[in-house]
Parts: sequence; C-alpha cells; structure tokens
Amino acid sequence: MSVVTLKINDIDVAVEAGTTLLDAAKEAGVRIPTLCHLDGVSDVGACRLCLVQIEGIPKLLPACVTEATEGMNVTTETPELQEYRRMVVEMLFAEGNHVCAVCVANEHCELQDVAIEVGMDHTRFTYRFPEREVDISHPQFGIDHNRCILCTRCVRVCDEIEGAHVWDVSGRGPAAKVITGLNQPWGDVDACTACGKCVDACPTGSIFRKGTTVAEIDRDRGKLDFLVTAREEKKWTR
Amino acid sequence: MDKVKLATVWLAGCSGCHMSFLDLDEWLFEVAKFADIVYSPVGSDLKDYPEDVDVCLVEGAVANEENLELIYTVRERTKLLISFGDCAVTANVPAMRNMLGSTEPVLKRCYLELGDETSQLPHEPGIVPELLDRVRPVHELVSVDLFIPGCPPSAPRIQAAIEPLLKGEKPVMEGREMLKFG
Repeated sequence: MSVVTLKINDIDVAVEAGTTLLDAAKEAGVRIPTLCHLDGVSDVGACRLCLVQIEGIPKLLPACVTEATEGMNVTTETPELQEYRRMVVEMLFAEGNHVCAVCVANEHCELQDVAIEVGMDHTRFTYRFPEREVDISHPQFGIDHNRCILCTRCVRVCDEIEGAHVWDVSGRGPAAKVITGLNQPWGDVDACTACGKCVDACPTGSIFRKGTTVAEIDRDRGKLDFLVTAREEKKWTR
Repeated sequence: MDKVKLATVWLAGCSGCHMSFLDLDEWLFEVAKFADIVYSPVGSDLKDYPEDVDVCLVEGAVANEENLELIYTVRERTKLLISFGDCAVTANVPAMRNMLGSTEPVLKRCYLELGDETSQLPHEPGIVPELLDRVRPVHELVSVDLFIPGCPPSAPRIQAAIEPLLKGEKPVMEGREMLKFG
C-alpha cells in the first residue's frame, strides 16, 4: 500500500494512494458540502457542491471524483468557492418545485440542510416552475419528480447494492428525469424488488414511502453503507 | 431617538407569519417601546399605506393585481423592506398553481367544478382583483433588503431578526435557527 501526502487547507494529511480528495478531507477533519455523494456507492460528481481549488490547476475540481496525489495543495473554502456553492443550491431550488412547507422530507432533507450550510436566504435565479409528474403506481413507494435534483443516488444504489438497476436517467437538460424500467410506471416494473434502498438513498422528499405525510420521512442512510461494509469486509454488525 | 415606523403587509399568504409575529407575546411591549405600528392587518386599522415607513415586514407572494399595486407602493414608501416568510421569499404554496400554466385551471376548479348550482367565475373589475398569470416571490418584482425564511418563521427567529433593526443594526441571518425553509 503506497501512501500520498498532501495539504488540505494547510493541514498535512497522509492517505492511501487512490483515495479521493473528499475522503482525504474527511481524514483531515475538513468538511466539504455534498449532495450526490452517498457512502457505499460510487461517485459521479453530479452536484458540483464539492468543488475545490488545487494549486497549479486553473479550474475547480469536484473532490468526490478527484484522486489525492503527492504534494497536492488543496483549498476547500475561498470566497469564490463559497459563492459557487451557494449558486449551485440556489439553482437547484429554482430548477425544480421545492416547497419545504408541504414536503415529506421537511426537517429531514439534505437539500434543505445544505441551503442552510451555504447561507442561502433566497434564490437569485428566477423560478422555473416546471410541469413534472408524480408516480404512485408502486404499491409501497412513490416518486415526486417535482422534488428531484437528479443526484442519481437512487440509480446507483439500485444498480450497485441491490443489483436490480430499476432506475436510470432519460432525457437531457431541462427534460432530464429519473425513470423506472424502460420509462414505465414504477408499479409495472418487474425488476423492482421493493427493497426500499432508493427511499433510503434519496436526499430530498422525491422518493418516499406511501402513507408518510409532511415532515414524516424516516430514512436509514446507514443501512446502505452497512451493507457494503458487510459484503466487502465481512462485518455483519452495526 | 425617534421611534421606528414599522409596518406589516399581508399579500398572498395564509397569515401564519402574522400569527407568528403575534406569538412574540410580551416582547411586543418591547417592540412598542421602540416602534410605532403605522400600518398592519394585525396592528392598525389604516387602509392606505403611509409615507416614510422605516421598516416593513411583507408576508405573502405576489398573486393578484392588488398585491402587485401594494408591493410597488410599499417599496416606494419604505426604507427597509423585509421578505417575511417562505411565501414572500420563495412564493411557496401560493405558487403551486404556477405549475398548471395559467389561472384558468385554478379558477375553474374552485369556482365552477366545486361551486354550487349558481357557480360562476368571479369578475368585478375594480372591486375583485384579478389573479396574475404567475405567482412570484417579492424580490422578483422589487428590491428586498432582508429575507426571513420560514413557514412560518418562529417567534424567536422574528425577534432575532428585528431586534437589531429596531436599534438601527443589521441582524445576522446565519444557521439553522435563522435560515431553514419550511
């Protein structure tokens, strides 16, 4: 096992080669905000919240998919990064239809939490108010596309942990959306095992258990990470 | 020091933010020491928005012609305009009709489909304000000086935001206690 040493916000840190900057920052006790990252599944760099500045590299890079290399000098908080992070969150709010007051995930929402973290008191972008669907054809679960931020966590847990690959993304730009099966109603998709991992993975109130109402969502995020650790390291206790 | 001239207005919202303001309870006596309430649906009986207001809390989104006229007047006559609560800040629940594209589906549903046998669409120009095609947050129409999110903002949050203002200072809007939506 080779080790690389680097500096994150002037803190010296040594990590195993191949470690991402996000994990290296965790090691150094530095928090970087994220939305699409989920412990236990692969990273895709979709939300751009974890952008960091690296000395000698002219563009900002997402910490979740950038490997730590020897001698790197990384900065995670600059006025520019803070401004971009806040803009990203403001754009997410303006892009979909996020009405916290009537959402199942109110008080338990990572989008809401990250808005607080970046200091968003309003969005400077004009709200789009897109027309989006709600699919409640599945007997146990529902998906409200109004609240979806296209983080693709559901796609990754279903593919990588459950192995069912019910979820995927269709369309581009404003037409992009997560789909079930071959863009069928969720309830018609035979491949769905009704395991509920997508419900546990969703950062917002987009995917929910039927019967939950405002602020009632109750997820078990740790279960996903536990399953992966259990399989890989044969540790079957939590 | 002269007393601060404080106003509150109620646009398209449920009045929950005003209820939360009244929830300040005995601290309202403190407000009265520092401020005169010059216009408010819960604190005065004036029908016209006065001139030279120092601070105004605006509850609600801009959803109809009356809201629109009032918000322009408020901006013109107020030094510090505050978007007060999620409807003012994000347009919130009143804006959920925006997803339907126009006012027609909402009016039809409310006044025709759910009406009794004499159901009709409301139409009294000059008396009943017409709905705007799109419900909008306050800052999309006029400049806003301070945002107090929350549905509704709790009384402690309101107090933490306006207490400094009454003394001529700017509040610090940071952290879960001050910023959480919903």
